[in-house]
Amino acid sequence: MPTTIENWNPGKAVDRHPEATYEEKERLFLEVKNDTRYEDFLYGCYECGICVSACPSARFYDFSPRVIAQAMAREDVERIYDIITEDIWNCAQCFSCVRCPRQNNPGGLVTILREVSLKNGLQESKDALQGYSRVIYKVMLKGNQVSPDMLQPDFFPDWGPWVQNFTQNMHVWRKAIPMDSIRGLTDVAWRTDRKTLLELYTIWFESGNMDIIKELDESLYDLLTDVMNEELEEG
Amino acid sequence: MTELTTVEQILERKSHPVTRDASVAPTDDMHERLLELEAKGEIVLQRMKGDYVEFPTKYGRMKKIPIEHTWHHKSCGHCGHIPGYASSILWLHRQFNLDYHDPTDQTSCTGWNYYASGASNAVGQAAVMSRNFAAAYETGYFPMIHCGTSFGHYKEIREQLVHHKDLRDEVRRILDKMGKPLVIPEEIVHYSEWVYAMRDRFKERQLVDMSAITATVHPACHYYKIVAEDAIYDPEIYGGQRTAVVTALLEKLGVNVADYSTWFDCCGFGFRHVLVQRDFTRSYAVLRKIETMINEANPDLTVTHDTGCVTTLDKSQFAAKAHDRKVGVPVLSDAQVAALAMGAHPFRVVQFHWHSTDWRPFLEKLNIPWQKYWDEFQGDLDQIRAGTKSGITWQDADTPIKLQSI
Ligand code: SF4
Ligand code: SF4
Repeated sequence: MPTTIENWNPGKAVDRHPEATYEEKERLFLEVKNDTRYEDFLYGCYECGICVSACPSARFYDFSPRVIAQAMAREDVERIYDIITEDIWNCAQCFSCVRCPRQNNPGGLVTILREVSLKNGLQESKDALQGYSRVIYKVMLKGNQVSPDMLQPDFFPDWGPWVQNFTQNMHVWRKAIPMDSIRGLTDVAWRTDRKTLLELYTIWFESGNMDIIKELDESLYDLLTDVMNEELEEG
Repeated sequence: MTELTTVEQILERKSHPVTRDASVAPTDDMHERLLELEAKGEIVLQRMKGDYVEFPTKYGRMKKIPIEHTWHHKSCGHCGHIPGYASSILWLHRQFNLDYHDPTDQTSCTGWNYYASGASNAVGQAAVMSRNFAAAYETGYFPMIHCGTSFGHYKEIREQLVHHKDLRDEVRRILDKMGKPLVIPEEIVHYSEWVYAMRDRFKERQLVDMSAITATVHPACHYYKIVAEDAIYDPEIYGGQRTAVVTALLEKLGVNVADYSTWFDCCGFGFRHVLVQRDFTRSYAVLRKIETMINEANPDLTVTHDTGCVTTLDKSQFAAKAHDRKVGVPVLSDAQVAALAMGAHPFRVVQFHWHSTDWRPFLEKLNIPWQKYWDEFQGDLDQIRAGTKSGITWQDADTPIKLQSI
């Protein structure tokens, strides 16, 4: 379509995702904008690119924290939808971009975009998190993100023969650590009291965290709620 | 005609100490607001008991660092995959008989998961932090955070709690269900700040000469980029242009600290990437960090102060060999280097066997006969396998190895 004075939309993206209506895209953006942290993370954008010069993901992907800050500052609903469906999972969340002279936090904006995308069950986010559910299961149930028994050669072939050697010796190596809180444990990083875990489960239910998990992966949600409810009932 | 600035001019400019003034800092310091919230009865402000030292932060505010009576907020990445990192921190405390508490009433900050997946929210994350801080407060010990990400994440959550009453109210409602108050410590302290504070005392007890070693430093993003005004800077270190932790320790121990151009770059961890998309992590760690370090500084070692950085920089090097990239730099934390310098057992304490990039040449350069200590450690493992020993304890690990004092 040729650009005319009627359809001229300076600086704004064209509709690259007709599968979603403009109203839907706007609703998602407003959910981002209504987040408590939005105003702390965005003060407008000089378009100076200082954030891009520090951004690791900009070096390896077609990704730009400047575009994110800029699209947000212009409230470019179409572009923001492109970002939410195509870009957010490339961010390394290093926060090198907070050197922004405008005091923006593009990485923080990505965090909010990810949350909104999950809460609304966007397929692109489910795809990006494929294979990640076991980590969520671990951290929400055990209170530790990682454990020694996650280091399996099948999952970490690129870490070389060390992983194989580790797997063969894991149980005895874990006993050979002087800290009481760690010694001997292979399925968690450290020993956590039962009371502590029950408090953690209370947080997940009370903070609305479980609603996000339900949108992301229903079977993971069922698994987690079964175990946590049972534990909480036992008290 | 205006001329271009030369590299020499830039270096000259950077070599001068910067005078910093907290009152004109571009960022907002919220410590005053913490006192206001305490006065209103909205929060409990936990104060340090006993000795502390003060150091300047980025814009000049003095930050208190406690020396002992600390509650060790462990890191899941340390304890799960690099246990010598955590045991070195505690070993250093034990060498000076400093009182500490290693709690089991602690969860991870869950920040790694949040930065990886977004599968949580501001209230959930703030409640996890506040529950941990309340647990520390109940013991009377002051939190010391082992993980760089937990440290950065908690600093950011503290800002959010200070600025948003609705968030405080919601977190308080959840904590009420556990009978816990909303506690914020007067400072959020990273263990590497304690290492920095203790460096003179480490030097006094140094047993291993480190002057043959050249090391590069990777400053951890979440330590000094998130809530940047709360990281320690020292005019003596890089003219106050970079955080002083890690570098100041290495210089104190006599290590030759070498600079490289990509020091500001992240390690490539990526949170989600390191778990499920490691092509990015490997490429970044090797191409932007390790290979650049080798080309520009050829170090014997690289030293950092965060969980993800040690794992990423260490474990990413293996696959790059297949592409004929320049790799082979062992990676340690500042705490492990300090412990090693003071004679910590390389395997019972520092746990080198959990690191995959070859560390043997580094130990050989330090004149530490690693094979002897490896054999000794294998003897421990044999006893554990045979059931005659349940595991290694502090009794086995506390005594420094017998090296000639320097
Ligand atoms: S947080 Fe994300 S956007 Fe910011 S510099 Fe890091 S990778 Fe780039
Ligand atoms: S977000 Fe900040 S650093 Fe990035 S382009 Fe905009 S003003 Fe510049």
